[in-house]
Amino acid sequence: MPDDSLTGATAASAADAAPARSRAGRGEPLLEIRGLQKHFPLTQGVVFKRTIGHVRAVDGVDLTLHRGETVGLVGESGCGKSTVSKLLVALEKPTGGSIVYKGDDVTRLSGRALKAYRREVQIIFQDPYASLNPRMTVGDIVAEGWSVHADVAPKKGRLKRTQELLDRVGLNPDYVNRYPHQFSGGQRQRIGIARALALQPEIIVCDEPVSALDVSVQAQVVNLLEDLQDEFGLSYLFIAHDLSVVRHISDRVAVMYLGSIVEEGTDAQVYTTPSHPYTQALLSSVPLHEPHLRGQKDRILLQGDVPSPADPPSGCRFRTRCWKAQDICAEEPPALVDRGQGHPAACHFAEARTVVPIEVAE
Amino acid sequence: MTLPDIDSTGARAAVPGATLLEVDDLHVEFRQRSGVVNAVNGVSYTLAEGQTLAILGESGSGKSVSAQAIMGILDTPPAVIRGGIRFEGRDMLTMAPEDQRKIRGPGISMIFQDALSSLNPVYSVGWQIGEMFRVHQGASRKEAKHKAVELMDRVRIPAAAKRVDDYPHQFSGGMRQRVMIAMAIALDPRILIADEPTTALDVTVQAQVMDLLKDLQRETGMGLILITHDLGVVNEVADDVAVMYAGRIVERGTVDDVFTDAAHPYTEGLMKSVPQVEAKGGRLQPIVGQPPNLAAIPSGCPFHPRCTHRRLGAEAAPGRECATDVPPLRLVVPGREAACHYSEEVLGA
Repeated sequence: MPDDSLTGATAASAADAAPARSRAGRGEPLLEIRGLQKHFPLTQGVVFKRTIGHVRAVDGVDLTLHRGETVGLVGESGCGKSTVSKLLVALEKPTGGSIVYKGDDVTRLSGRALKAYRREVQIIFQDPYASLNPRMTVGDIVAEGWSVHADVAPKKGRLKRTQELLDRVGLNPDYVNRYPHQFSGGQRQRIGIARALALQPEIIVCDEPVSALDVSVQAQVVNLLEDLQDEFGLSYLFIAHDLSVVRHISDRVAVMYLGSIVEEGTDAQVYTTPSHPYTQALLSSVPLHEPHLRGQKDRILLQGDVPSPADPPSGCRFRTRCWKAQDICAEEPPALVDRGQGHPAACHFAEARTVVPIEVAE
Repeated sequence: MTLPDIDSTGARAAVPGATLLEVDDLHVEFRQRSGVVNAVNGVSYTLAEGQTLAILGESGSGKSVSAQAIMGILDTPPAVIRGGIRFEGRDMLTMAPEDQRKIRGPGISMIFQDALSSLNPVYSVGWQIGEMFRVHQGASRKEAKHKAVELMDRVRIPAAAKRVDDYPHQFSGGMRQRVMIAMAIALDPRILIADEPTTALDVTVQAQVMDLLKDLQRETGMGLILITHDLGVVNEVADDVAVMYAGRIVERGTVDDVFTDAAHPYTEGLMKSVPQVEAKGGRLQPIVGQPPNLAAIPSGCPFHPRCTHRRLGAEAAPGRECATDVPPLRLVVPGREAACHYSEEVLGA
């Protein structure tokens, strides 16, 4: 990333982007996750803790993030998507698998190399009320990363740099000395984005960045994220439970259920020809906004609740709630491969099916 | 859950149009040391039997406070309530507190967004559901527990007889919301107010809970007030919608009409700013600025600082200057009211 990238010198390239933001010519793989696992031990006893089992929060996730693209990760609460985000920014150590970033396995990094990785992969959190220290000014929050990564911004120009960052995310640069409580939810999320940008990252992990915001403000933040991506060539891993927002912002989408990915493809593949039964059920539950489409979609109501990740079902994780389940599903976990539907799905009986009525382009 | 065991001849046929609730020029303000917060500023609507009215708005629009005023659960002071709230013709604001209490439960009941914090963690769910019968009908503990199991069955909690003695933390989010619904419908209310009933739930669970509410409504013919910020939920569930902004209703009509062609710039802005699952869509068009501070609501039309259709100063028609003249909620086309001086231009735009 050029050193003067925040002064707006590269902003011109953002303006001429096509309205649909199709970035078909995507870059080389930047981050490759293979078989990622995170098992949290369950212990019993006060003094002598015995491990009595494991919560398999993340259990074999494969995902690739290319330069300049946005990968959406969707799933319901408890599916492990936030644990994936923590593993990616090295806030948690995986219990298995690898995260290869620019050729190095991050899970084996330490010292200086790990520090460099942490600078290049930043995170934006969901709750803008809980993720900003109420006793620090906005300027201090945005600049805090530079006290660890001093080489990113020379000491002299830091105040000016902070103000540029605030201006870039749409906040008044004069607000550097204000405190988080003086801002609204949307503005706080902008502060979080400025903080992440301060370290000139390559990748930003966005963990439910707009879920806590009002709908009219949500669109402002989504647009800001898109602009920043075009301007700085960022790659996003966009984690959310809102399927509409994910479809809007993502180039590729991965659907997660109980610790593993069940389907992956471009946004059009996953949304118009979902092939895993869980994806189909998930999409069929999303309420549509158009009165004339009401009642036109298939309703698939799932039975029961998600099983406990401490004791997941054998074979396919979804089989206990699946209407297609056969004997093989209990015996053999299905691989995440293309079974003729055009994109990978982890189901023995994967079959494309249109669930959401396709809106005719206006 | 795939096959709701409701007989389709259900009581949905209940005479549509029998008015249950009339809200008339409702005002709610909170007097604070720092000034007066005007949460609700003149809201009027009616609700009929079997009708589902959605109140759509963002945080701070006054949608929840107006419902709490109807339910009679606002502390006064600090809240000051003016206007009329008539339940089956009787004014609830002037009646004695014990009469109000008799309406709460069998007349109007309410479910809240966060089921976990609305349930008491130290009592079993069966005890909490049964409390409705013990308090309102003087039922014995045994009868109350028996009825609690029946209700848990009715809201389709699996193995109700086994789970009646379980505590709230032993239930999942969707099941807790079902417990809340069981409590709310225990006394067969005429009106159910659902305040963001599915906001904290995952989409698959949201679909289950909304289906349950619709089925219960079909069985009992109750009126349903659905308070939400989710356009999709409104479209799928409600008959009519009232859009609120800064404590006022800015647009009202049937869901089909309002969602097809909005008459108020705020409604139009909401529709354009939300991505849809049906299509990837182009760039989102957000509403500029922030929702207003209720202690300092802008003069004239409260939406004018964020509005793309506004007319200020000389370009405005006489008496229709957006920054000074408050637009009344008026009939724009048959069946549709909007509080905008220039609704005719917004329609079809």
